[in-house]
Amino acid sequence: MLDRLIDNRGLDSFDYRFLALVLAILGIGVLSIHSVTHSQQTGIAPYYIKQIAWILMGSAAFVFMLVSDYHRIARMAYPLYGVVLLMLAFVLLEGRTSKGAQRWIALGPFSFQPSEFAKLVLILVLAHYYSKTPRVGWLQRVIMPGMLMFPGLVLILKQPDLGSGLSFVAVYAAMLLMVGVRSKALGVILLLVVMLFPFAWEGVWGSLHDYQRQRIMAFVDPDYDPGGKGYHALQSRIAIGSGELMGKGLYGGTQSQLKFLPEGHTDFVFAVYAEEWGFLGVLLLLVLFVALIWLSLEIASKAKDQLGALLAAGIVAMLCFCVVVNIGMTAGMFPIVGIPLPLMSYGGSATVMTMASLGLLLNVKRRRLSLFY
Amino acid sequence: MANSSTHESELGELQRRLMLLRVGLFLVVGLLAVRLWHLQIREGPYYRDLSENNRTRSVLLEPARGLIYDRHGVLLANNVPSFSLYVTLEDVKDREGLVQNLADLLGLDPVMIRKKLAVRGSKMLPKKIKDRLTLRDATVIESHRLDLPGVMIQVESQRNYPGGMAAAHLLGYVGEISPEQLEKPEFADLHQGSIVGQYGVEKSFDRHVRGQAGQKSVEVDALGHEKRTVQVDKPLAGNDLYLTIDIRLQKVAEDLLGEESGAIVALDPTSGDVLAMASRPGFDPNIMSRELTSKQWVEIVQDERRPLNNRASQGQYPPGSTFKVPMAVAALESNTMSPSSSVLCTGGYQFGKRIYHDWKASGHGYVDLHKALIQSCDVYFYTIGQRMGIDMMAEYAKDFGLGHETGIELPSERVGSIPSTAWKLKVKKEAWLPGETISAAIGQGYVTVTPLQMASMIGTVANDGVSYRPRLVQAIMDRTTGNLQEMPAVARGKAHAKPETFRIIKEALAAVVTEGTATRAKSSIVTIGGKTGTAQVAALGKEKKAEKDIPKKFRDHAWFVAFAPVEAPKIAVAVLAEHMGHGGSAAAPLAKEVIETYMKQMSQEPTVVPHS
Repeated sequence: MLDRLIDNRGLDSFDYRFLALVLAILGIGVLSIHSVTHSQQTGIAPYYIKQIAWILMGSAAFVFMLVSDYHRIARMAYPLYGVVLLMLAFVLLEGRTSKGAQRWIALGPFSFQPSEFAKLVLILVLAHYYSKTPRVGWLQRVIMPGMLMFPGLVLILKQPDLGSGLSFVAVYAAMLLMVGVRSKALGVILLLVVMLFPFAWEGVWGSLHDYQRQRIMAFVDPDYDPGGKGYHALQSRIAIGSGELMGKGLYGGTQSQLKFLPEGHTDFVFAVYAEEWGFLGVLLLLVLFVALIWLSLEIASKAKDQLGALLAAGIVAMLCFCVVVNIGMTAGMFPIVGIPLPLMSYGGSATVMTMASLGLLLNVKRRRLSLFY
Repeated sequence: MANSSTHESELGELQRRLMLLRVGLFLVVGLLAVRLWHLQIREGPYYRDLSENNRTRSVLLEPARGLIYDRHGVLLANNVPSFSLYVTLEDVKDREGLVQNLADLLGLDPVMIRKKLAVRGSKMLPKKIKDRLTLRDATVIESHRLDLPGVMIQVESQRNYPGGMAAAHLLGYVGEISPEQLEKPEFADLHQGSIVGQYGVEKSFDRHVRGQAGQKSVEVDALGHEKRTVQVDKPLAGNDLYLTIDIRLQKVAEDLLGEESGAIVALDPTSGDVLAMASRPGFDPNIMSRELTSKQWVEIVQDERRPLNNRASQGQYPPGSTFKVPMAVAALESNTMSPSSSVLCTGGYQFGKRIYHDWKASGHGYVDLHKALIQSCDVYFYTIGQRMGIDMMAEYAKDFGLGHETGIELPSERVGSIPSTAWKLKVKKEAWLPGETISAAIGQGYVTVTPLQMASMIGTVANDGVSYRPRLVQAIMDRTTGNLQEMPAVARGKAHAKPETFRIIKEALAAVVTEGTATRAKSSIVTIGGKTGTAQVAALGKEKKAEKDIPKKFRDHAWFVAFAPVEAPKIAVAVLAEHMGHGGSAAAPLAKEVIETYMKQMSQEPTVVPHS
């Protein structure tokens, strides 16, 4: 159906497996959001309805990113990055504050989070840069891309938004790993540095907000004070653990239904799902994510040019990073840094951005058979 | 072209490196899966428990105490609904803020609230902060519920004594279990805040009346607000008690004592049933069952008149001449005296250098046992006491239940003291002096008894030596089965004396009332036998003062022990009026009043057997 809608001549067939995976994860997300918020009084519409609206908007972004040639999109990378930097600066000056951080720009009834879009734009910028620039030395391979990333990173950390900041660095590191460094060993080291970044407290401690420090303390010793600092982490672990093999059933999660688990529809949506569907449900979800990422890696490795491969690799790295860090933090493996679970957590900006990224990814796949322009 | 080939090779290198991401993906997702398996499968049950603890709170449901009735089914103790304030610490985020809030809303002392919250115990279990909240206070708390997480109002039953001060010492009162009590095995299934009997029948029959607490599991949300009830184990109400006392007789006895200190005990000699047991001054058990402030408590405990003391079973007094009754039995049974042999009373009895006076300075002349009892001749009893010796006297006194517990089911019964040579060596670490026997023979010196013991003693005489343990509870109604368990009369052995002896003694005691020292107890409707007593409180100087000139606290205690009807005794009474002087004038009329009241009621209605 979608084949006929879009001009398919000379292009690879549309990947329905990919679409099915995305829809399945989105569906699980909407169901979990509905489960945890169904008894809440909300403003205009219930959360799950709003999430469906975001998904519809995301679908538009998905189709848009799918049909236009990714080379043309990549050429817009620098101007887009300029716009994103302006928005990030604007957020710091005028943005809406929530929970001690300024992240949102209000647009009438909506508010959106430029840092989410900054991630995708950074992928475009870096892919564009590496595909156009001869890479002969350290300066071009590492330093220049770092300089490109730096202003965005500073503005994001300034909000402060540790989660988005880490994703930013992760995208950069993934790019370096793919093309930036010659030796694989160095790439692995870089990746490790990113993964270990949250543990390198001392350097960043002073620049963190109180709630961030508390979240970090919570990671160090979550059982220390269940009512205080370690509350989120402990309640999240209790939610997941108490799901056991079979789960407590839809709407049966006491941790999430009775509000012991905070942020159940956003950052901790995985804990809600794990509590209600148990380990079996968790395995199913992990299989869905792995399959999605696997298909994405296929796309990257079969891309016909560097730009396509780099775009696909960046997107898949970002997706991977967000999934792993989010599940890891809800399961108590990582500190709580505020990274939403892609395609599942409630939130307009993240949903639209993720779906746009996936559209771009399929775009790369579709054009792998077309001739060089 | 070169550019293109570089491009090609770089693309190839890039795509080979994607393998690294693939491996990394499986590694990391594998780690996640292991972690989740650990959380959900290995530690799943542990976290399941934690989540259950998170969401459920156990609320104890206090049982209603059993009801207490008198022998005719008149309600003496029941329960009225009352609001209690509980706090579950687990749900309290800001403890000090809550203390201030509650103090402000209810006008409570913050120190008291802190103290109640600090009591040891699980954070999950609600702690009782205050009971008997007014409806207004309960409403205030309920309307601020959302601002007071962890706070709960519970409707509980509160002990109530409709009769106020009537039979207070006998019924006792209830109170929150003390930390010391909580340590004891008999209170093992109770907890902080439990209400237990602290005095009287409420205490001695507590395990029957207490009932069994129930439990309600409620689901709470993260803010501690109750969402729904998960499970309820209903509390079991305590069993009902049917007492042996007749509340109307009890009130008559209490009114007779009025504002004076003293005690009146009335027993049924044929069963041991306690018909009335009055002690004055009294207290209101409704007030005692409330939480008293420390000031109120000190006031009550330090009251010189000791209103909490049950004078009937805990007051120990010299029996004075009432002691002559068992002494008379002893004299006949030990063949120290025959009924017809006489002693010459000249108003005094010389022993060694000292002269022991008779109450009548001019003397009674020749007196035999009959006359000695009627006129309460001291010299006669000095003589027989001297002949018997203290150890034989003690043996007979004990035979009538003096010197040991009657076994009444009330806490802290006192036993008085019946001296003997062995007793003095043991207690005073001194040898017995022969002169002390003479005082003991007329119930002075070391001899002390409780009014209850004396009522039991005269009842034993009236019942020809057969004695029963005083019984307070005639039946217990089991609330769960509906069965009525009758408490049998417990025979306590027999005073060892011949029927002839009892006939002679009872004849004399009847004459005491008709022509002797207790003519003021003479009744027109029933024959009464009795013995007066006047117990010396302080040894006065040689000059006899007029009674009105002696400060009240040094005046004698007035005693009268009696039974009626003489032919077939149905009631035995002991009256003790503290510092009221002569038994004949101050105590005998009260006994007569009690006996007449009882006899009139007996003729009007039979005992109502309680029904389930």
